[in-house]
Amino acid sequence: MSPTAPWTVARIQTSLHAKKISARELATEFYAKIDRQNPVLNAYLTLSPERAYAQTDRVDAAIARGDKLPPLAGVPVAIKDVIGTSGIRTTCGSKILESYVPPYDATAVARLENAGAVILGKTNCDEFAMGSSNENSAYGPVRNPVAPDRVPGGSSGGSAAAVAAGLAVVALGTDTGGSIRQPGSFCGIPALMPTYGRVSRYGLIAFASSLDRIGPFAENIADAATVMSVISGHDENDSTSAAVSVPDYSAEIEKPVQGLRIGVPEEYFAGGIDSEVKDKVLAAIALMEKLGCRRIPLKMPHTEYAIATYYIVATAEASSNLARYDGVRLGLRVSGATLLDMYRKTRERGFGPEVKRRIMLGTYVLSSGYYDAYYLRAQKVRSLLARDFSDAFQKVDAILTPTSPTPAFKLGEKTSDPLQMYLADIYTVTGSLAGIPGISVPCGKTKAQLPVGLQILGPHFSESRVLQLARAFERADGFSI
Amino acid sequence: MTISREDVLRVAELAHLELTPDEAEMYRGQLDEILNYIGKLQQLDVTNVEPMAQMSFAPGETHSARSGPNQEPGTPLRDDTVRPCTVADAVLSQAPDAVKPFFRVPKVIER
Repeated sequence: MSPTAPWTVARIQTSLHAKKISARELATEFYAKIDRQNPVLNAYLTLSPERAYAQTDRVDAAIARGDKLPPLAGVPVAIKDVIGTSGIRTTCGSKILESYVPPYDATAVARLENAGAVILGKTNCDEFAMGSSNENSAYGPVRNPVAPDRVPGGSSGGSAAAVAAGLAVVALGTDTGGSIRQPGSFCGIPALMPTYGRVSRYGLIAFASSLDRIGPFAENIADAATVMSVISGHDENDSTSAAVSVPDYSAEIEKPVQGLRIGVPEEYFAGGIDSEVKDKVLAAIALMEKLGCRRIPLKMPHTEYAIATYYIVATAEASSNLARYDGVRLGLRVSGATLLDMYRKTRERGFGPEVKRRIMLGTYVLSSGYYDAYYLRAQKVRSLLARDFSDAFQKVDAILTPTSPTPAFKLGEKTSDPLQMYLADIYTVTGSLAGIPGISVPCGKTKAQLPVGLQILGPHFSESRVLQLARAFERADGFSI
Repeated sequence: MTISREDVLRVAELAHLELTPDEAEMYRGQLDEILNYIGKLQQLDVTNVEPMAQMSFAPGETHSARSGPNQEPGTPLRDDTVRPCTVADAVLSQAPDAVKPFFRVPKVIER
């Protein structure tokens, strides 16, 4: 193994066991790299060395005693800053929570730490996870480590950039309409959105509760599988988390893919798709056929209504969830003469423009006289979109599409036109609305050396199969096709 | 034009947002464009379609034909038993203005 090879979960375990490096030394190495690179990338908002070194000392003591190590022992991880961490500031990329320190850990964070992971810090993101470029963070944009004049994608841009730049081995992000998969695609790393209910949302600060999900970014599929085995499963603190048994994803991913039926929906290759993206994704699909998968053309007729549906459902839920930030219970307060005055001044100063825009859109579609025309209708179209998928999964085992119609765009390129930014979420919001799992894996680069992402979607609770296809693609060198 | 300046100001009031005149004008234009776009949902016939409010997996219900024979997605509710809740101090520690055991706010009722 070359000394410059990226750290992976497997390499860390081997090195710790062989006593080539201690968990503390490894964390120190990562913090040194963060110190060098974060001033440019802006991937981390807060570092948590005290908590990290307390954990590495526990891991190193366990190694000294010769204990059996848990699956993520000593693995440096980054956590998106919408996921609550006890004692570590959690801002959601917003001024309104600039000094908020949660009194408890999100379940996913607690599970990572129980499995030996070392939390290095909290990563930058679009404010309250609302955005597709990370330019909506109140703490400045993140730069894409692959092309620093470009966005890393969003909203989990900091988590994607941290893993892609080697500033964390794995990271947690959240996906509401594409916020894990699209930055994974832009930064050229695997990024998984699990089934709704697969991973507990307890401690995840809500954006749109019927859509929000926590999932991993990783350097490779094996690491993503290990993280999924750790964070998945029922949690009595989240009534929407499903009591479905958690497979050993690490064992599942090596299963053969021969004979699996892969659906290719024509709607995902039309319209404004970049021709280089299209070529790479079609080449990726051809490679899967070579590996023994059967390609089946699909029609998913409601796809063109997905963006409209998503931006009604998500903003309606957001307008309700964000009503709690009013200067009373937590976060910023701007004083006012009356209670109402205090609410308004606090929210005016605390929220950025995109959050205000979405709160207003959500309030409008829920307001008297418009509820039936917008919100109720969108919920019905959501049923139709979900039906497109359940019909498709009668015929195929997985669906392959591009993750995003374009590679990473330039910083500032789309900020003046919110609708254009929304429209770029076309291939990811469908899976979000249907509640199904999906992974983005790298499938080569454009001529300008920008990563392209292949999206693999599966039925509810089919993470094993989605990861298995991703692993077969990785093994066949599809990542650099 | 789908949304007027008055509509924007009314929505801002409902949402407890205070907008400057410039902001009101910017949001009016942007929301108008977005609402015109999402208006395309009116083209669809949704008669007899049930609204989907939440992903839910009722116990025993299998949502996709090939998700496997042993999978029984479910979101069980826990037993309705009283448990101690001792988080008040931790919660109040994050409040901008707290006088235990209360959040303090500007006077609401004039007397």
